[in-house]
Amino acid sequence: MAFASPHITATAVEATEFPDLARKYQVSGVPKTVVNEEVEILGALPEAAFIEQALSSPRQ
Amino acid sequence: MSLLSAADQQKLREAFDRMTRSVRLLFFSQAIGCETCGETRQILDELRGLSDRISVEEINLVLEGDKAKQYGVDRAPAIAIAYESGSSEPGGSGESGRSGESSGSGGSSEASSTGDGRMSDTMKDSRIRFLGAPSGWEFVSLVQAVLLAGGRESALSAASLDRLRAVDRPITMQVFTTPT
Repeated sequence: MAFASPHITATAVEATEFPDLARKYQVSGVPKTVVNEEVEILGALPEAAFIEQALSSPRQ
Repeated sequence: MSLLSAADQQKLREAFDRMTRSVRLLFFSQAIGCETCGETRQILDELRGLSDRISVEEINLVLEGDKAKQYGVDRAPAIAIAYESGSSEPGGSGESGRSGESSGSGGSSEASSTGDGRMSDTMKDSRIRFLGAPSGWEFVSLVQAVLLAGGRESALSAASLDRLRAVDRPITMQVFTTPT
């Protein structure tokens, strides 16, 4: 997704190496995606649904 | 001892052979308090050894804080993926000037481009990052990201790509994973 839009940055975070981040974003299962610090997507979704959720985040 | 089996190395070599752009892995490390920097360095060294189109630049998070900031990186180990922008992209400059080794530290300044898969200094940020050692599933993701930056077509549907092209505001995604 980051590669498809110049406005999107995507970071894969290894949760066990950064427990502070995992705590901050309340990661209790993986994969968990946090978009603009707000929207949370749990687990793997079908592509279209995932993109809709990711783009549903409010403007920052 | 290498982390990758001979069979895996061969498979990766073949996949990387199809890359049409050079890819640079910017590896942000720090000397103290980074338990997995050594492992990350070894993984990246092995990747680099599998293709002339892959290069690795190690950046000290502390000493080169400006560069880390430029890529929005504040922890180590972290990897940012950059790729050669130029002739293989529609509308790219397609410069034919070439030079030998690039001088200087890269960065955002313009420099000459090279042909034949040699590293150009006009690298573009893919905005794909990895935080933590890329082992286990993260390694698979890293390889996919390298192939994508290296010119492979996106795995997303045309509809998804259209949707993403219409994005007009900054979106930051963090995907939390574990190695197993």
